[in-house]
Amino acid sequence: MLSQEYMRNALLAGSFIALACGVCGWFVVLRGQVFAGDALSHVAFPGALAAAAAGLDQRVGLFAATIAAGGAIALLGRGALTSRGGRAAGVEPADDTTIGVLFTFVLALGVFFLTRFSLGSGGSAGIQAAHTLFGSVFGLGAGEARLAAIIAAAVLLAVLAIGRPLLFASVAPDIAGARGVPTRLLGIAFLALLGVVAAEASQALGALLLLGLLAGPAAAAQRLLAGTAASIALAAGLALASMWGGLALAWAVPSLPPSSAVIAIATAIYLLARVPGLRGGGAHR
Amino acid sequence: MPAEGANPTLTWNLAHDISQVLEYHFMINALLAGSAVAVLAGLIGWMMLVRREAFAGHTLALMAFPGASAAALAGVAAAWGYLTFCVAGALAIARLPGGARGSWREEAAGVGVVQALALALGFLFVSLYGGVLGDLEGLLFGNLLGVSDGQVLELVVVGLAVTAVLAAIARPLLLSSVDPEGAAARGLPVGALSSGFLLLLGLAVAATSQVTGPLLVFSLLVMPAASAQAITSRPAPALAASVAIGLVVVWLGLAVSYFSVYPPGFWITVVAFAVYLLSRLVAGASAGRRRRGVATGTSGLRAPAASRAA
Repeated sequence: MLSQEYMRNALLAGSFIALACGVCGWFVVLRGQVFAGDALSHVAFPGALAAAAAGLDQRVGLFAATIAAGGAIALLGRGALTSRGGRAAGVEPADDTTIGVLFTFVLALGVFFLTRFSLGSGGSAGIQAAHTLFGSVFGLGAGEARLAAIIAAAVLLAVLAIGRPLLFASVAPDIAGARGVPTRLLGIAFLALLGVVAAEASQALGALLLLGLLAGPAAAAQRLLAGTAASIALAAGLALASMWGGLALAWAVPSLPPSSAVIAIATAIYLLARVPGLRGGGAHR
Repeated sequence: MPAEGANPTLTWNLAHDISQVLEYHFMINALLAGSAVAVLAGLIGWMMLVRREAFAGHTLALMAFPGASAAALAGVAAAWGYLTFCVAGALAIARLPGGARGSWREEAAGVGVVQALALALGFLFVSLYGGVLGDLEGLLFGNLLGVSDGQVLELVVVGLAVTAVLAAIARPLLLSSVDPEGAAARGLPVGALSSGFLLLLGLAVAATSQVTGPLLVFSLLVMPAASAQAITSRPAPALAASVAIGLVVVWLGLAVSYFSVYPPGFWITVVAFAVYLLSRLVAGASAGRRRRGVATGTSGLRAPAASRAA
């Protein structure tokens, strides 16, 4: 299996993307921002199409769109963290109406760019769009795979660097704010980092499927382990296991698309973690 | 996107423009189908936002993709695929842990997993079928301009049925959405109402997304209702406003798309977004005026918050 170059590239990029998704996803689930993560991953699609319509490298569009959307959601949504008007902190999601409205509009822009793009360039638009939506991890070149690994590792380090204050701000926003932790800034920085992960992962997993790798392993880990560090490590490990298992499965069964296989394993892990009796301790409250 | 041969141009004569739009049968069908969807989505979308289930609604809307591809693979009518996957998705989400506000995080993670799995299945079915995702635009935003007479009738029937059920359970559903503990204390079946609403949402989405595509359904579910929420917090006027905004948005979007190369789904969403921004601005201005007078609560004017204050 490892003798194929495309497989080695896929494993290199996939492993680091899975680690970044696992760790970021742990915070996403903790902060109740799964819908925001969903929106960010969908926004990757119009971003890539806009870049294609403008004749730029699609990665430029991917990163610009997801980082901008992350910032916009953090700024516009009242946020799960800023508990104003007596809302219980952390219990309610970051303003789901705002997120829903915003990303539907951005997806409509994606259709606009798709129309523009296909008016200009024959029939390749549909295939290009399908790649953006569902990814093509087996199609990554060596350079792309290395770049993906480096970016994912950098995001991983950045999240771990802000991990302690971010955790504090997520679990007890009021106390963190009173102690001088910049909770709002942390929220914006985190969503921007999540945007980078979404852009990177959507090349391998696809804009529509990335959510499974963000939410599944992290939710399973939070259900299984109560300790913070152990739970984060478990989330990263489970994401990695989903990625490796999925890639191996897709290699063994050629008709199975790799992104579908990865998500299938992530879902299976999540379902297993929900089996009663496996639960080690309460999730973070 | 007009039929071949016709080359409509926008003139300053409004009556002439309108008669141009109504010249073709497919435009009339599109207007009828769009209106039925707007009414249905306006009602059920407002309830969805009050219950803070936009994420679940989005996930159910996306069930159209695995539904359509599974039906193509199995060689049955697409409607069966839509129906099966939407109902299965609604049941899966209803069975997720929590549901009460306390465990929103876990529920959201579960909804995310359901959505990713459904899309992964859809992708698998497409590649097993051997087809390419050729008509992506149609997949996402449907084909309002190709609605048959039978589909219009079907939409109207489903719309009436769902509206009737919604009207029947509206009061207990609203109470259990706004104040679940209080509703449970009064002996209302909060869990059953919640599952029932998700099923209703699933059925509505299954019926409409064949015509409008999953994304346009969702934008019609969320945008008019969000605009209505910004304008007023009282249920009856908000529902009326949501339906009215939905109708205006669909009509305007279809009319504009007739004169443009871009598809109706795009224009309807753009008009809806503009209305949303406008209503947020108006609501923000009037809330600012009120705050200068008396110190009131949040500017969001969301129904739960408002009824808690009352």
